Amino acid sequence: MKENDSMSPVIDPVIEARGLDLVFQTADGPVQALKDVSLTIGKGEFVSFIGPSGCGKTTFLRCIAALEHPTGGSLTVNGMTPDEARRKRAYGYVFQAAGLYPWRSIAGNIKLPLEIMGFSRDEQEQRVRKVLQLVDLEGFGKKFPWQLSGGMQQRASIARALAFDADLLLMDEPFGALDEIVRDRLNEEVLKLWARTGKTIGFVTHSIPEAVYLSTKIVVMSPRPGRITDVIDSPLPRERPLEIRDSREFIEIAHRVREGLRAGHGDEI
Amino acid sequence: MRNLLPVLTVVLAIVGLWYLAAVWMNATWVYDQAAREGREVFLVDLLGETMMQERPVLPAPHQVAKGLYDGLFGQAITSKRSLIYHGWVTLSATLLGFVIGSAAGILLAVGIVYNRAMDQSVMPWAIASQTIPILAIAPMIIVVLNSMGVTGIVPKAIISAYLSFFPVVVGMVKGLRSPDAMQLDLMRTYNASGGQSFAKLRLPSSMPYLFASLKVGVAASLVGTIVGELPTGAVAGLGSRLLSGSYYGQTVQIWAALFAAAALAAGLVALIGLAERVVLQRMGLVR
Repeated sequence: MKENDSMSPVIDPVIEARGLDLVFQTADGPVQALKDVSLTIGKGEFVSFIGPSGCGKTTFLRCIAALEHPTGGSLTVNGMTPDEARRKRAYGYVFQAAGLYPWRSIAGNIKLPLEIMGFSRDEQEQRVRKVLQLVDLEGFGKKFPWQLSGGMQQRASIARALAFDADLLLMDEPFGALDEIVRDRLNEEVLKLWARTGKTIGFVTHSIPEAVYLSTKIVVMSPRPGRITDVIDSPLPRERPLEIRDSREFIEIAHRVREGLRAGHGDEI
Repeated sequence: MRNLLPVLTVVLAIVGLWYLAAVWMNATWVYDQAAREGREVFLVDLLGETMMQERPVLPAPHQVAKGLYDGLFGQAITSKRSLIYHGWVTLSATLLGFVIGSAAGILLAVGIVYNRAMDQSVMPWAIASQTIPILAIAPMIIVVLNSMGVTGIVPKAIISAYLSFFPVVVGMVKGLRSPDAMQLDLMRTYNASGGQSFAKLRLPSSMPYLFASLKVGVAASLVGTIVGELPTGAVAGLGSRLLSGSYYGQTVQIWAALFAAAALAAGLVALIGLAERVVLQRMGLVR
């Protein structure tokens, strides 16, 4: 695979992982969650991590967020250790479930990180208005989470991650629990958001079309031990209408991803 | 209103059974009395005489109602016979005890959730404290505090707090631990301090649990206060009404005091329920 990332130079790297290992000590003995993972993510890239359950894609994202701590290798975020980056609030994290606080309105939920980070009240109001517009939820600030559909809740949780000035957005299967139609719409919106904000995005997914449609770089991973089997730099243009999914290039990339996933499984299938 | 019929049916059934039991339990005295006077007892006499005795084994409902009415409205409220006077004595100690107990319960719960040593050491003691019969420990608390010069409602309030802190600890520990791993991770990604996670996540999450345990706690507080009033020599309070009633065989007085205590407990629980509704509604947790 000549596109393999560790070979090609990346200008302005945001995330650099070299030979990353993570071993979990469990009751059934050690589990190798990540083995020798090397990857560089440049500024403004949209990187998807795809692979079956247990391949370490979420674990890798959590390592970047300093929610897990690697047991070997090196990992830097904005040139710092992940924990330093976390303390500097370098990233916004979107979980699989929206995880909005039921006792806070949508605006209140978006204010949560702003309150913690000590923004002034005026600034909070301003930012809430701005990000609600960004995720197309104007007028819903006063609603409570249970009054919104699942897709809208997830958009609110993205708004919450965008409210402060982190240049890095980490999304862990954000649309995994939503139906296909809602997911298509949200994918389009995420692309628009990415174009407008110029953020670097790390995106974990199960879905091949989602990964190919969104990413500038697709990282294919496989389980036992969790490792990278292929890194695909997408030749698709940044501007992507939904119809692009019927184009020849799209289908070719999807095919390569599928091959990578199959190869990673080896003789287990 | 649709609930009225079933509720009334149950109440009527209870009152009916009560009257039957009153006739049955008070009949012995009527027969003894009649035998002494050498007259015969007919069913009509039996029904009449079992329901208007001065010291019945089981007073009939209307006797208790009259006792309750006399106690509440038939006396000046400063009178030693007034249930309002005694009720207030009990209520004030209950409220003080409830405040102390709830505050202690919440503080202990915070300690248990945030401190590993407290987590492993406090709970067994809290559980042990509740296995000791309160009747055994109440006189000791009163005697010890009295010898230290602490009298009045404080010793009763302490006994009341002793009973009410426990449900609050259990409920609050559960409530403060109710946020799931994802919500705690979210706080971590914001680099929130311990105080911030507590104020913005753990405390609000614990509110529904807190109110549920406060309801149990306030009823326990009342029981604690009444028990605390028993060994004080029956000076004042609903507990002393119970005790003096049993000294002098004033069963009507006992039952009236019992009903007054039950009404007080129901009122307190209802007040907490109201506070719960208001708070949870303002938090958007009631749909």
